Amino acid sequence: MNKKLLSGPYLMWMIGFILIPLALIVFYGLTDKSGAFTLSNVLSISTEEHAKALWLSLGLSLLSTVLCLLLAYPLAMILRTRGMGQGSFIVFIFILPMWMNFLLRTLAWQTLLEKNGVINGILSTLHLPNQGLINTPGAIILGMVYNFLPFMVLPIYNVLMKIDDNVVNAARDLGANSLQVLIRILLPLSIPGIVSGITMVFVPALTTFVISNILGGSKILLIGNVIEQEFTKGSNWNLGSGLSLVLMIFILISMALIAKYDKNGEGTVL
Amino acid sequence: MGQSLIDLQNISKSFDGTMVLDDLNLSVKENTFVTLLGPSGCGKTTTLRIIGGFESPSKGEVIFDGQNITNLPPNKRQLNTVFQKYALFTHMSIAENIAFGLKIKNKSKIYIQDKIKYALKLVNLDGFENRSVSSLSGGQQQRIAIARAIVNEPRVLLLDEPLGALDLKLRQDMQYELIRLKNELGITFIYVTHDQEEALTMSDTIVVMNQGYIQQMGSPENIYNEPENAFVADFIGESNIVPGIMLRDELVEIFGAKFSCVDKGFGFNAPVDVVIRPEDIDLVAPENGSLEGVVTHLIFKGVHYEMEVTSPDGFEWLVHSTDLFPVGQKVGIHVDPFDIQIMNKPASEDEEAVGVNE
Repeated sequence: MNKKLLSGPYLMWMIGFILIPLALIVFYGLTDKSGAFTLSNVLSISTEEHAKALWLSLGLSLLSTVLCLLLAYPLAMILRTRGMGQGSFIVFIFILPMWMNFLLRTLAWQTLLEKNGVINGILSTLHLPNQGLINTPGAIILGMVYNFLPFMVLPIYNVLMKIDDNVVNAARDLGANSLQVLIRILLPLSIPGIVSGITMVFVPALTTFVISNILGGSKILLIGNVIEQEFTKGSNWNLGSGLSLVLMIFILISMALIAKYDKNGEGTVL
Repeated sequence: MGQSLIDLQNISKSFDGTMVLDDLNLSVKENTFVTLLGPSGCGKTTTLRIIGGFESPSKGEVIFDGQNITNLPPNKRQLNTVFQKYALFTHMSIAENIAFGLKIKNKSKIYIQDKIKYALKLVNLDGFENRSVSSLSGGQQQRIAIARAIVNEPRVLLLDEPLGALDLKLRQDMQYELIRLKNELGITFIYVTHDQEEALTMSDTIVVMNQGYIQQMGSPENIYNEPENAFVADFIGESNIVPGIMLRDELVEIFGAKFSCVDKGFGFNAPVDVVIRPEDIDLVAPENGSLEGVVTHLIFKGVHYEMEVTSPDGFEWLVHSTDLFPVGQKVGIHVDPFDIQIMNKPASEDEEAVGVNE
């Protein structure tokens, strides 16, 4: 009885803020303005404009995820070799920017990258040619990597710290050099961390519209921007919901793919 | 028994300014079972890790078969380690665990298959090839860890308290297994433990360590029967350590009573420590003993009775005997001359630690 009472608020939360909104999205996505059933909202993903935005989003978020992984893993490895105290201090430094507003951090990059921004200002005082940095895919990737890197570092760091030193020692003892220890022992054992890192970077990167709005201008449309515009400017909730459903399906597929590599299921919910 | 395979020469090691090993010298002969025994923090594990290559000594050299290997990384050393908590690779099957070292050395598939079979048979786990690590009990995991080490045919196997996490019965079984393995493989075992019984059961040579110094080195019988100082006497088995005065060769006075013994060379009227094992005390009629006492405690221990006999000076003698003497009974304490072990009295605790480190 007590347990039921305790879970009550969470149940209400789930119904009110997760299930009902989701049902609404499904409802809007599968109906037209008059409320009649239609698949046209979902199928509109195949129009050239939407498909292009989806592929671009997938490409950019995939690339950012890979970059985050390449940056985070060596860092986590270095932190592992440090003592506990020093390691957590460096992690703390890396997480520090997360305490600042996400929008503010992205706007700061805009100021740096702008046509008359800080970087170009420095370039011109050095009499070097100005660079078109803002409103490029590169700027968006930079924004994604910058904002989402901590979410890759943390889970990998956690899983690496949990590996017993003597397991590494045993591998060395059996003749493995540092590279063999990395490939045969540390990488396989840190897969759960890698998987949750990928999940926590790839999903928000795929759905973001703030980063592409601020650093991509109106020139580069990601699927997130398309959906956002349908809700705010186009006020076509049906189309926006339909596209959201498509995006959800893509996320589910990618999660399922990742989960295949995570046999113990420590990294994801799937 | 041949010449020494491993020589530790003047090894010192300190962590953050704390001296763990101080000028340690140890030589290990080929094909022996050597146990480093001591309380936690005595430096025994550090010594093993220095031999394994996981720690480098602050000073001194490690000589292996005539070669200086002090700076050689663990993967280049001809020895393998069995770790305290097994340290198996949980993402691999049992067969893959055992094959790890051989795959690194690029051995052929057939050779590896044969070796896995052989090693599993040796540790009595035939047919476990495809089991997962997590499905094994602690004892089985430890055997796999041993199998994983010995397939590489090391010349020395280092074992760091490998039975520490097992329960008593399993630990005793594994002790016999290890003795059998050592005899079958004909390789050198260096074994670290804080369990004196384990050390006495398995070793050819026991090295008793305390505070970074070797206290005594010798055969189990030698260590048990002739401890060189109070620490060794106290650490190995139970003992009565009492102050005495060596009146002359072969005669010692304890609490005013004279006991004949077999020790010589301590001079005249020299203060000494006397060790008498509880099972070496014979309780006799009061008039027949060298010293009188009253039984003050009695516990039945299965194999024997454990009694406490308080002598007039207040000292409580620990006595093991199969004969029962009830509490309150007056008894005489008698000790045969060869059961009395005389030790030099250390002037201070520091001296006690360095005492026999020559």
